Amino acid sequence: MTAARRSRSELLLGFAAPVAAVLIALVVASIVLMISGSNPLDAWASMWEFGTRLETSVDAINRAVPLYIAGIAVALGFRMNLFNIGVEGQYILAALVATEVGTKIDLPGPLHVAVIVLVAMSVGAAWAAVPAILKVTRGVNEVIATIMLNAIGVSFVAAELLGRWDSAGQDTRTADIGESGHVPGINWLLEIFTRDVGKGRELYGFLFVAIAVGIGYHVLLTRTVFGYDLRASGANPSAAEASGVPSKRMILAAMIGSGAIAGLIGLPDILGELYHYGGDFSQGLGFLGIAVALLGRNHPGGIVAAALIFGYLDASSPILEVEGDAPREIVTIMKGVIIFAAVVAYAVTERSRRRRQVAAAADAVPTTSTEIGANP
Amino acid sequence: MSERGLTDAALPGSPGRVDLAHLWKQRWFRWPVFALGGMIVLQLVEWIADPESEELLSGGQAGAMLRWSVPLLLAGLGGMFAERAGIVNIGLEGMMVLGTWFGAWGSVKYGPVIGTAIGLLGGALGGLLHAIATVSFGVNHIISAVAINIMAPGVTRFLADEIFSGYAGGSISQSPRVASFGSVELPVLDRVSWLTIIAFAFVPLAWYVLWRTRFGLRLRAAGEHPSAGDSLGVNVYRYQYAGVVISGALAGLAGSFIVTELTGIYREGQTNGRGFIGLATMIFGNWRPGGTALGALLFGYADGLQLRDRDGVHALLLVGVVVLAVLALRRALSPKRTVVEVGLPAVIATLIVVWYLLRDTVPPTFNQVTPHILTLVVLVFSAGRLRPPKGAGQIWRKGEH
Repeated sequence: MTAARRSRSELLLGFAAPVAAVLIALVVASIVLMISGSNPLDAWASMWEFGTRLETSVDAINRAVPLYIAGIAVALGFRMNLFNIGVEGQYILAALVATEVGTKIDLPGPLHVAVIVLVAMSVGAAWAAVPAILKVTRGVNEVIATIMLNAIGVSFVAAELLGRWDSAGQDTRTADIGESGHVPGINWLLEIFTRDVGKGRELYGFLFVAIAVGIGYHVLLTRTVFGYDLRASGANPSAAEASGVPSKRMILAAMIGSGAIAGLIGLPDILGELYHYGGDFSQGLGFLGIAVALLGRNHPGGIVAAALIFGYLDASSPILEVEGDAPREIVTIMKGVIIFAAVVAYAVTERSRRRRQVAAAADAVPTTSTEIGANP
Repeated sequence: MSERGLTDAALPGSPGRVDLAHLWKQRWFRWPVFALGGMIVLQLVEWIADPESEELLSGGQAGAMLRWSVPLLLAGLGGMFAERAGIVNIGLEGMMVLGTWFGAWGSVKYGPVIGTAIGLLGGALGGLLHAIATVSFGVNHIISAVAINIMAPGVTRFLADEIFSGYAGGSISQSPRVASFGSVELPVLDRVSWLTIIAFAFVPLAWYVLWRTRFGLRLRAAGEHPSAGDSLGVNVYRYQYAGVVISGALAGLAGSFIVTELTGIYREGQTNGRGFIGLATMIFGNWRPGGTALGALLFGYADGLQLRDRDGVHALLLVGVVVLAVLALRRALSPKRTVVEVGLPAVIATLIVVWYLLRDTVPPTFNQVTPHILTLVVLVFSAGRLRPPKGAGQIWRKGEH
């Protein structure tokens, strides 16, 4: 009975923290806007009005799809206590190579897409395997290794595009992927419920892939032996090792899996809208993925909410400049504040939860209560 | 808690014995030998690669190396102060970005000297934010830093739009031109900025502060074994705050230096990942000021050469070959050699030679990644000799350990 109440209050806390984070971000952003001489209420009103339009929602979801995949890629590492800071480099490299392969081949529709997806996943996995192997064989910290590999990967991509610029003499981008390699939009799905989507916007068909990735992640972690082992080694590596879970193999698996998912991040944009890799390809999604995974607490549902919040912020911010209310960069500040407020709130609630657990355990076994507080 | 864990200065050798093996163990002896060896290699490469390059070992190149190594040095020292206090700071990049904007704004308004101070404060503000999150609230260090790295460019872009847009020549992505710090004529190196000299003066200063003062001992105690420090009455939180704020200030100074001394203008994205290279510099330098300076000079050399002499970069590949060959040879001669350790450098060296012979130029981005590749090589090959502070990255709560 009390346990049930406690778990319910914990659940409530779990929801309250991110909501509070968003509210705090709104307050901070309002203050910043007021200091800079803009009227925050006008800004929020136009963002709300613009953001709730159907076309903006399509933009927001299209933006949320890669963010969601990025969040899942990061979360998979997090569950194993691994920081895959390298998602950034993995997806950029994977996007370039997969696009390049996609332009070279010509296959019937679904097969063409499948090949591109497979290439992207393998490149992401291979680039993530480097820090994983360095970690298990040489004990190199994965954060440092992935930061270095990000720079190497991104600069390889830049060199590759720059080389193109030298030879072709005009544009720094790859050729276009053929028609058969495009993933069709799914506006029809929206139009069942609402009116026609205007302005040539297409809801990415890749949305289904993102959903599948989320379900796959959830099933893998909660319904398979492998997922159990992964969570166990993440929570307590020595206990897991003692019960026969090889931690090195888990590190390799988690990192390579994370990289394979990371390889998908660039594809919604490339296969759904751009059809090439070039200067207009958005970078930084890997780092935002870390933020999204955190805000969503590594939970497949929570990450959906987090990705949508970030997607809506991005999609509805351009109106600020059109209306002249405020610089749209206020949205980046808001994202930063949201992350900060959320992680601080999580850290505080987590600590109070642990303290309550310790207290509860102490109540249950009064004779040993003094020893429980005195951890090594 | 024993003193030995904290003071790892070289042990004094027995007096009277002057043999080479002993001398070789002394750092003051080894480093000039390395430097001399490096210069000889560069000279040799210059002859071999002639007439491709005459810039590898010129006074102008030395000056460029010095200039371009300063941001890396300052960021590296910044990373060192934070990690020595136990807080990992991969937010250096974001703090450097803050430094570029605040430095430019201060310089436009009050001239380069006060501007530099404002840039430093801007970075320190980033450091303070990192400290509040990690030290006071126990947030994971990497997470807090990632948030700072995401937020900083947004903040500066917002501020640039609000303020620089009002100036002639300024916009959302750049400032009007800013004046530079004064400079002094030195032999060989040409004109050297006072700020460069100040930055290099930080190297012995950082060493002195960290290893010869009470403040430094306590700061390192917080980074090595916070609970032990705490039990002796050290206010761990306060020293961690100090370390991270100093770290941010140095990163801010690095950003400000880029604006006033290297480019003369604030431009969006101009740090170009140098904060991360600073982190690499610190690791390369084994979390020590002297090593960090060496790493900064090495990486700055590549950065500077890139701008002065494209062909020189091509010739520099040969230097890489020599270094790798020496590495492979040393491994081959050591009793504990493994196939991988000897084979890998040898294979890489062969690949580079092939590349050198096949291609006339090196992609311009190659230089930007030399620090990253070198750092990975160092991490892989001398992981055993690196000694990061033991408590770095650990979230320490008073009374909970």
